[in-house]
Order: sequence, then structure tokens, then C-alpha cells
Amino acid sequence: MNYIEGFRDPAVAKGIRSKVDALAGSLLARNRPVNIMEVCGSHTMAIARYGIRDILPSTVNLISGPGCPVCVTPTRYIDAAITLVERGIIVVTFGDMILVPGSASTLAECRARGGAVEVAYSPTRAIELAVANPDREVVFLAIGFETTTAPVISIVEHAIRLGLKNVSLLTAFKLVPPALTALLADPEIRIDAFLCPAHVSAIIGADAYKPFAETYKVPCVVAGFEPLDILYGVQGILEQMTQGKAEVVNQYARVVKAQGNLQAQALMAKYLEPVDAAWRGIGVLPKSGLGLRPEYAAYDAELKYGVTVELGAENPACACGEVLKGKQKPPECSLFGTACTPDHPVGPCMVSTEGTCSAYFKYLR
Amino acid sequence: MSEQFIQLGHGGGGLLSRDLIQREIVSRFGDGALKGLPDGATLPVPSSRLMVFTTDSFVVQPLEFPGGTIGDLAVHGTVNDLAVCGAIPRWLSLALILEEGLPFTTLRRVLDSVKRAADECGVSVVTGDTKVVERGQCDGMYVNTAGIGEHMDGFTLDPNRVVPGDHVLVSGPVGDHGMAVLAAREGIRITHGVSSDTGPVHRLVQAIREYAPDIKFMRDPTRGGLAAVLNEVVENRGMGILLNESDVPFSTGAKAAAELLGVDLLQVASEGRMILIGDAAISEVVLKAWRSLPEGREAARIGIVTETRGRVVLETITGGRRLVDVPRGELLPRIC
Repeated sequence: MNYIEGFRDPAVAKGIRSKVDALAGSLLARNRPVNIMEVCGSHTMAIARYGIRDILPSTVNLISGPGCPVCVTPTRYIDAAITLVERGIIVVTFGDMILVPGSASTLAECRARGGAVEVAYSPTRAIELAVANPDREVVFLAIGFETTTAPVISIVEHAIRLGLKNVSLLTAFKLVPPALTALLADPEIRIDAFLCPAHVSAIIGADAYKPFAETYKVPCVVAGFEPLDILYGVQGILEQMTQGKAEVVNQYARVVKAQGNLQAQALMAKYLEPVDAAWRGIGVLPKSGLGLRPEYAAYDAELKYGVTVELGAENPACACGEVLKGKQKPPECSLFGTACTPDHPVGPCMVSTEGTCSAYFKYLR
Repeated sequence: MSEQFIQLGHGGGGLLSRDLIQREIVSRFGDGALKGLPDGATLPVPSSRLMVFTTDSFVVQPLEFPGGTIGDLAVHGTVNDLAVCGAIPRWLSLALILEEGLPFTTLRRVLDSVKRAADECGVSVVTGDTKVVERGQCDGMYVNTAGIGEHMDGFTLDPNRVVPGDHVLVSGPVGDHGMAVLAAREGIRITHGVSSDTGPVHRLVQAIREYAPDIKFMRDPTRGGLAAVLNEVVENRGMGILLNESDVPFSTGAKAAAELLGVDLLQVASEGRMILIGDAAISEVVLKAWRSLPEGREAARIGIVTETRGRVVLETITGGRRLVDVPRGELLPRIC
């Protein structure tokens, strides 16, 4: 089947819209809007790109949670990466990291000054560079949610197999479920349902959301990235709410399994262990990240080069923290669109094309 | 000739230079004004005609990509700039900056593609220059072309003439060139591969000459794509543009590559397409004329000029609307 057009059929979209309208109508008696949080940068982008907020009834709010791994990366992490570049180390990174502001500079500025910052589509680029430059040190910026963790950690597996000693990882891996727990526990945020991430769920499995449905009575629907996936996901959530249910429903079964990707999980468990992690804007959450196990310390750039990553100074006016938690919408931030734009981002939500502020600026301004 | 690679001496003005020019340039382009290699071309400009003059530099990587090379791109780029100014392209200059170590086989393929493209567009290469720089100072080769064309009567192109109600037309699928180059650069292989659309638009312009008075704006959407061009039209003007996503033509290969790389095709370069804004009354006849040519087969009406000040808005396939913004610059790969 055609995997692009099939999920973008205007006639089907119209059908789902009228169902969503009817369901939202029957929930009017609640006297407060339905707050649905999406926790996936690609959902945030697709919602903006297809104008989905524009067509939902005014009583259905889509709130963008901490779904972009670049956005939740702390300032000091960027500072540490810049320190490594300044020491002559080749730093390899996914593209959208290079514009993220550290406390004084960005990796893009660092590169313009002559620093070795390599933008890569694939983590294996770090291995290629380490092989091609035996007299140089290579560090991969190992950030991301469960989705990208396994491919990134395979750098260590390749390095061991090839006997490479000049490649290591600066880790800031994050885990989605602990962040959701923290959001549900925050009394200031009233989340009625989660539109669960697509790629992350492919790794951790739909069953990972069961505790939220059972303990917090919050409907969880796993949805894909296509506009129809998202509309259908909203419909699924509203159906559960009208029936007073709170279950995990996997609408993205073409990719996501209940148990997830066991091979990726095994690879992660072999090299990594849960650690407390700093989330930009949210703070330190217990066991919400992954770090290298002690036996692989030789591949840990933090230990190898004595750099430290911790929570650093942030612009006090920047509301990224509130935006990530879904407490504020981007235009409510005093910096939005003036001091903070995609060309001159202050906070990380404006940096990544998947960031909530960037998506608002780009599509909804 | 025994050399296989360009050496610094090929740009030194001595025997090697002369040999390179004779064998590679004069053999291909030496018939007309270039004959005898004068310092400049003397051209027969018709009196009482307006002439259009433009220039463009090409630094594309890789030098050869699916659908084209830096050579035909350099011809099409300049020919198209002349065409969308309402001119018939006549003459080109060709300046090459070569990197020491460039294989002669590559240079020959590129120059052959320049020749083929120039012949197809009916333009003559009448003057040029060749320099060689040390290894590492340029990426294989850079090309600059400048072009002169004869302005056609009847065209008064001016975005200030655009008014709400005018139609926005495009001559074919957009974004193929940018996606082909990006995919080639990243080594991404796609089953329904994406091929550059590099090609001339001068025939498309000549085919609609009789409707010139009602045509208000023409542009080839290169860097920044459709989004950059349309935003430029409405910027600081009391009007906007509403595009209908279902009507914008995209090729299957470009769509696949764009999905994979997380790129918005509205912001991606084409090198063989043109955008036209004109009176609603001529849109059907223009489309008919375009569709009768192979390069205009998939031409479409994609939008309408509105009264929404300064905004380009897209009505998406879900029925929702969103802003089509100016691209920021470097296309950065996303993490997921």
C-alpha cells in the first residue's frame, strides 16, 4: 500500500473530524476543556504542519509535552560539548543540536570558528571518523529518547569489535515514562489523556503505558505521525472519555508491538543503566535517564575527559520549562517571537524544528 | 593527451593552459564569438530592444547527481533567470574554477553537459575563463555563468500589479532538485529514486507570450523553494496567498526523500520549474499551453491571492490551515 497518500486522504479526514466534533459535543457537560498531551516532537510538528489544532473543536486542547530530546538537553551539556571541541576533539552530532544555546555559545558558532563539529545522519559516522582519524579523538553527542538510544549505543559495540580506543559518548539519554509520571504528579497540570509517542513506543512497547492508565485513570492512545493517525488518536481518546474508560489503546499496530522491540531493549540493557537525569525546564528526575555501565567507562566522554554535565544557568525570562510541562503556550512567553526566534533561539524549544516554540513560530504565528 | 588530473599548471597561462582551452573549450564552444579567443565577445544586439543581463554561481556538491551535473545546472540556472524576466536567452559566459586534482573525465562530462544544455536552450557560450586553485581550496569545481537575453514585448512583470483574486500557477512538481542533491550527498538510496528537475523554462515562457499583458509575476523557485518566492511576493504588501496542499504537485521520489529527511518540500529548490501569478481569466489557457510541452505536463493551479496581509497560508489535506514560512537557511537533519 502507499504509506504516504493512504494516511492523508482528505475524505477520511473529514469523516474523523465530524466524529471528533460529535464526541467533543457529548463531553461538554464536563464544563472544562479536554487536555490531551502529546509527548513526541514529531507529533508536535505534524499537528502544526497539518493545521490540526485549527480544525479541532475549541473544547479540545492539544498540549505539547517534553517530546523533543534536543529541547530537554541542559545548557551545561552544550557547554561540555563545546569544551570538547575546543580541546581539538571531533564532536559528531545529530543536526538540530548545533543551534542549541549553551551558556555562552553554540556548536554552530564553535564550528564557524574552525572547531571540528560534524553533523551526521547516522551514529555510524562516529565510527567512520574514528577509523579515518586514528590520531584524533571522536565524541558522539549521545542524546535522545528510547527511539535513538539503541542505534547510538551500537557505537560502543562497533568500537569494541574494531578495537577502537579513540571514540566515546557524551551521554544524556532520556526515558519517557519517568517524565510522564512527573507530569501526572504535578498538581498544577491537569492532563486528561496522553497521545503516546510513536517511535518511542516502537521500542518500549505499548504495555509501558499501562501504569498510567491503571494508576492515574488517564486514557493512553499510541498513534502514528500521519495527520489521519493523529486525528484518529484524538477520536480514540474522546471515545474512551465518553465511555468513562482509561485504557492503553495501540492504534499504531503497524509499527508498535505490545512488548516493543526486544532486540533494542537487550542492547540498551547490556551497555546502559538507569541514572538520575537533568531535564531542561523540568529539573532532575530520578532514574529518568540512561548512563553507561561502569564496565564501559572507557567509552564515557564525561569520565574520559573530565567534563561534567549538570543543570546550568538559564535565561530567567525563558518559559521553556513551563512550555515543556504544558503549563504555558509559546506565545505566552515574553521572549517568544521577539528576543527568541528560530534564527536567534534563547530556549531549546525554539531550537529544534520539533520544538514546541519552533512549531508555533513556523506554522501558527 | 596523457594527463588524467587537473594540475595547477593548467591555470598558469602557459602551454598547459593553452592545451586545456583548445582541447576542452574551443572544441566544444569555439564556433561563434569565441573563435580566435578574443578577450571579449562582440555581439550583434538588435537596436531598440531591451536586453536582460544576469549572473549566477554554482557550487553544488556532488558535481554529478541523479538528473544532472553542475554543468547543465549552470546553463539552466542562468537561462531560467533570463526567461522569467520575459527574455529570450541568447548568450552565455562560462567561468570555471577548477581544483587541482580534478579528474579530466569529470571535467569532460561536465563540459559535455554544458554543451548539450546550451544547444537545447538555443544559447551560445561566447566568452569564458578558467582558473585552477590548489587542492583543498574548492570542492572539485565551481562554475559561474552570466547570460544576456532579448526582452519580449508585452511583459510588464511587477509584483505590485498582483491583486487579490489572481491565480498562482506552477509548471510542475517542486523540490525535486534539492531532494536529489541532498539524497545524493547523504548517500540515501530510495526505491523510487528522486531525480533533479534541472531543465530550461524558456519554452514555457515563450508558449504563453500572447497572454503577457495579464501575467504579473514569474519566478523560478530555486533556493528556498516555493515558500521563499511566494513570501517575497506578499512581503510588505496588503495581500496574502492561500495555497491548497492537495493541488501542489510533488513527485513520489521527492516526497519519499522529504519524509525520510524531515524536510518541507515547499522550502526545497527546483531548477526547472516556474511560478506564475496572473489574472484568473488566463489561468486555464496558460495551463493548457504549458501542459502541451513535456516540461509543463504536470503544471497546476496551486493557489489564489487573498486579502490576508503579508501571509502565505496552506490549507492542508486535513482541512486545517497553517502558515508557510520563509526557510531559515541550512537544512538540518532532525534527530527522529
